[in-house]
Amino acid sequence: MLALDSLSKHFGGVRAVDGISLTLKEGEIFGLIGPNGSGKSTTINLITGLYTPTTGTVRLDGRDLTAMAQHERTAMGVARTFQNIRLFGNLTVAENLWVAQNGHEQRRAHFLGRWFRAGGEHSPEIGELLKFSRLHSKRDVQASALSFGEMRRLEMARALASRPRVLLLDEPAAGASREDGQILAERIRETRDRGVTVLLIEHMMELVMGISDRVAVLNFGRKIAEGSPAEVQANADVRAAYLGSKHKDEELIHA
Amino acid sequence: MDFYLGLAQIFGVHTLLGLSAYVVLLTGQVSMAQAGFYAIGAYTAGAMTAMFGLHILPAIVIAGLVSAAIACIVGFPALRVKGLMLVVATLAFGEMVRLFFFNLTWQVERNGDRVGPNGAEGFRSIRYFPENGWEVWHVTVFIWFVVVVVMGALWWMDRTRAGAVLRAVGHDETAAQSIGLNLTAVKVGAMTAGGFIAGLGGGIYAHTVTHIEHGVFGVLLATFAIAYPILGGLGSVFGTLIAVLFIQGFLIEGLRFMGEWRSLLFGALIVLAMNLRPHGLLGEHAPRLKNLFGAGPARPSDPLSTKEAK
Ligand SMILES: Nc1ncnc2c1ncn2[C@@H]1O[C@H](COP(=O)(O)OP(=O)(O)OP(=O)(O)O)[C@@H](O)[C@H]1O
Ligand SMILES: [Mg+2]
Repeated sequence: MLALDSLSKHFGGVRAVDGISLTLKEGEIFGLIGPNGSGKSTTINLITGLYTPTTGTVRLDGRDLTAMAQHERTAMGVARTFQNIRLFGNLTVAENLWVAQNGHEQRRAHFLGRWFRAGGEHSPEIGELLKFSRLHSKRDVQASALSFGEMRRLEMARALASRPRVLLLDEPAAGASREDGQILAERIRETRDRGVTVLLIEHMMELVMGISDRVAVLNFGRKIAEGSPAEVQANADVRAAYLGSKHKDEELIHA
Repeated sequence: MDFYLGLAQIFGVHTLLGLSAYVVLLTGQVSMAQAGFYAIGAYTAGAMTAMFGLHILPAIVIAGLVSAAIACIVGFPALRVKGLMLVVATLAFGEMVRLFFFNLTWQVERNGDRVGPNGAEGFRSIRYFPENGWEVWHVTVFIWFVVVVVMGALWWMDRTRAGAVLRAVGHDETAAQSIGLNLTAVKVGAMTAGGFIAGLGGGIYAHTVTHIEHGVFGVLLATFAIAYPILGGLGSVFGTLIAVLFIQGFLIEGLRFMGEWRSLLFGALIVLAMNLRPHGLLGEHAPRLKNLFGAGPARPSDPLSTKEAK
């Protein structure tokens, strides 16, 4: 459904993303891994339109998104989280989700009805998202006052509030304990089961390899491998790419 | 008595000026253009009543609409610049407006007199109130009626999603775009609303003083406009109101014996206040009314906590 075709992004001389082609299938969890600086986050930024690609196209169900503005892509069903959490710290937890509902409502509701309505932060849909993210006790707390883990959960909930078809997660388990990683894996699966396709960037190998249907590996902006988790773990190029960091190599093997 | 009623009129029009900057500041834009929109409103409303004999109410509404239209046009290029560059760009726009009225001469014959803007001389005889037998307290009540309506509208807007949307954009534009907000629409919309409110305020102002001239609408007024919401904080419209009372009531009026030293004090106070209370006198969150009325845990006031981790 989501197709990247020879996508590139160059920053001056840096080829952050260098001709990547990928196709995500409807309803799968697709892992995207690679060493630091290999272009994973840049890839997400190209899909959402935060960056304009140097070359290549992004398509969703055959529709070319490449020239669309970011909010139009959200309306098409693309949602994301950020590697360095970007919440609206000046709003409450519930309000963070409330503003994000604008993402899918812009498909139909007129903006007067969408924006000039009071009290929508207590709607059942938001209540459900809060429960899903284990944040229901924090609904009226200011987002900046949350713990790190809660912030990550809220950011994923906020992405889901726009009712995406594709969810792009940029290192959602960063800084999380193993147990929290497992809960997160469960949430990602549930999200997929509700029909959302997931692109998962993650360094926690146990998590990606455990829940991904397929995995692609980036190195220096290029795709060096793609396949099932087992195939990728066995791939010699992938091991070489990760050899720089012994720790990661072990993670890769043991996962 | 008339002295205090007159003071209340000044508070009223300045509250409108401050609220116009408040709406724009919610989206994170520091606009120095509000005095320009205020000037446009003043000249437009003055022209409507003094030159064309309109009633005061349609006159100020037209003033608001004209200012809003121009603010909307200004909003688009202003989108491209942020922070200090936006300050400079809007400052330049404000000066442009002032110089426009400095050079504008356009008078018509009315009841044997020539009325209308007359260049550096300004626009005299905007005498709708005295001509129609309004007493000082009538005017004061009228002004505060408009202020209450505008404050009420903004307070209600703050409770709708639009309020959260403006604040979201003000906090993090990148995140706001990622959740499907159209940055152009939000920022230009805020600028347009701010233009409307400033136009209303300027329109009323012109009638309270009966004589307006370009010099009034300079950088000092633009600084006041943005100082009100900055000092009062973005928690709610009441912050701006309190800042107006404080600056106009205490600093300008209360310390009149200090003469021109007050301007220096004004500057020093802003610097001091922004260091001690970076989120305004009332803070960013505390005074949001739904928290005062409804229950709900208090919001922390740690100013650092709203800064996002980069
Ligand atoms: N806005 C930018 N300007 C210049 N260079 C950039 C920019 N964004 C990313 N880069 C560079 O592009 C390369 C890829 O960065 P990217 O953030 O996509 O890596 P990543 O795979 O997400 O890494 P990590 O695992 O550390 O998050 C890096 O060399 C980075 O320095
Ligand atoms: Mg990254």
